[in-house]
Amino acid sequence: MLIKKSSDIKSSEITPKNALLNRRTFLAGTAVASAAVATGLAWRELAAPSIVAQANTKIDGIQKSKFSTSEAITPFKDVSSYNNYYEFSTEKEEPSKLAGNLKTRPWTVAIDGLVKKKQTFDVDAIMKMATPEERIYRHRCVEGWSIVVPWVGFSLSELIKRADPLPKAKYVEFTTLEDPKQMPGLRVPVLKWPYLEGLRMDEAMNPLALLCFGMYGEALPNQNGAPLRMVLPWKYGFKSAKAIVKISFTEQQPVNTWNLSAPSEYGFYSNVNPTVDHPRWSQKTERRLGEFRKRDTLMFNGYGDQVASMYSGMDLRKNF
Amino acid sequence: MAIRWLKVVLFLGCLVPVARLGWRAYTNALGANPIEFITHSTGDWTLILLLTTLTITPLRKLTGLSALIRFRKMLGLFAFFYATLHFTTYIWLDKFFNLHEMLADVLKRRFITVGFLGLVLLIPLAVTSTAGWIRRLGGKRWQQLHRLIYVSALAGVVHYIWLVKADLRKPLQYAAVLALLLGYRIVAWLKGASRKVASAPAAPVRVGQE
Repeated sequence: MLIKKSSDIKSSEITPKNALLNRRTFLAGTAVASAAVATGLAWRELAAPSIVAQANTKIDGIQKSKFSTSEAITPFKDVSSYNNYYEFSTEKEEPSKLAGNLKTRPWTVAIDGLVKKKQTFDVDAIMKMATPEERIYRHRCVEGWSIVVPWVGFSLSELIKRADPLPKAKYVEFTTLEDPKQMPGLRVPVLKWPYLEGLRMDEAMNPLALLCFGMYGEALPNQNGAPLRMVLPWKYGFKSAKAIVKISFTEQQPVNTWNLSAPSEYGFYSNVNPTVDHPRWSQKTERRLGEFRKRDTLMFNGYGDQVASMYSGMDLRKNF
Repeated sequence: MAIRWLKVVLFLGCLVPVARLGWRAYTNALGANPIEFITHSTGDWTLILLLTTLTITPLRKLTGLSALIRFRKMLGLFAFFYATLHFTTYIWLDKFFNLHEMLADVLKRRFITVGFLGLVLLIPLAVTSTAGWIRRLGGKRWQQLHRLIYVSALAGVVHYIWLVKADLRKPLQYAAVLALLLGYRIVAWLKGASRKVASAPAAPVRVGQE
């Protein structure tokens, strides 16, 4: 139906023969070029390894946690190939392909700011500070999708106890790795690097706040924030900083990167809240990866019993 | 004859993106969030085809290959085809035909408002794309109506710019191409206007297919 018949040619469009020959060559060339591009794209897709193989190390002695949900766990393949990790790329499928070479050992985490004693911990030493627990958490992205992940780690409070912050420390700030040699996305100034996040002290001490180094029983894949990340299930995903290199204790509310980028869209708290829309899209519903229908988003992502009291009396519209 | 075959090639070529989506769906290769993948892919192809449609006239004038015009209608209709798929994905797989919610979205969210506008403006162009409609409207009026594609393409690009979180590179690439294509027309128009002022003999204007 869309193909014009040759009888549609108007006499005004009949071209001299020499022009016609050029045109034929040109158009034939174009056709060949398009076909080549299409083939190339198809080939690239067939040939590209979808996920960089990683030596996954099993974590021993993992305990169950009372905070785990019994909801269906999102497949590992989805959680490890669909990542917002702008240090590698702003395309979600890319970090799984680009993060393979990230060196996660040796790795140290500096404890800084308002503490009795500034010190540096090796990540392997941190992992031994407490018994690793499996916490099956709901994880809700600010973009409107969600997953259920069996993270491995322990409460951040375990580390904070050992860091021994001074009484005037009111906030915790997380600084993440900024190494453009290993993280190609850092060469693009889409955000201000390094990626920073922060919590109020009571939020950081809440047992739900997970200092995480594994998922699905194994060490974290690089694209999921190895070797050490935060997981804050009642907040939008971007609050959970990945590849942490420094934890500072401060008196002033720390800057967080997305808030710096768009203050009207991403607040410091960023608690999951279906009643406060993102200025450009609704937060009422979410798409759980693997599900066809959208589901209702829950206040505090369903963790109100554990966290709501920390925000009592606060206007959550203002403190979004 | 050659043109006819090239049209077949172009027709099939324009179906590649949707065939690819179908193949990926069949082989379970749409990634972790298939609906988002389909939405982004159909949106991208709408913009690519809109911009390709807008490339025909400048390319024709610059190369003298006037026969290129004969591919424009098909490109424009395929742009509409992908825009419709894009919208269908949204209304079906995102809103599940909840018209109330859709209306709220269109009124409240500016990136949806402008995207919706871009689609709606393409409808009269698709409807009047036939030779019969060119005749009924008359070449000049038809041509004036079809300038709506400029607004539609602009709306599409703005829709994309307003959607992204922080990385504006891709939408700005589309914006740059659009600026070039519209810039060409503005320059051509200004030149034409100044020529008229100088009352030089006007170039013959072909009505109907411009």
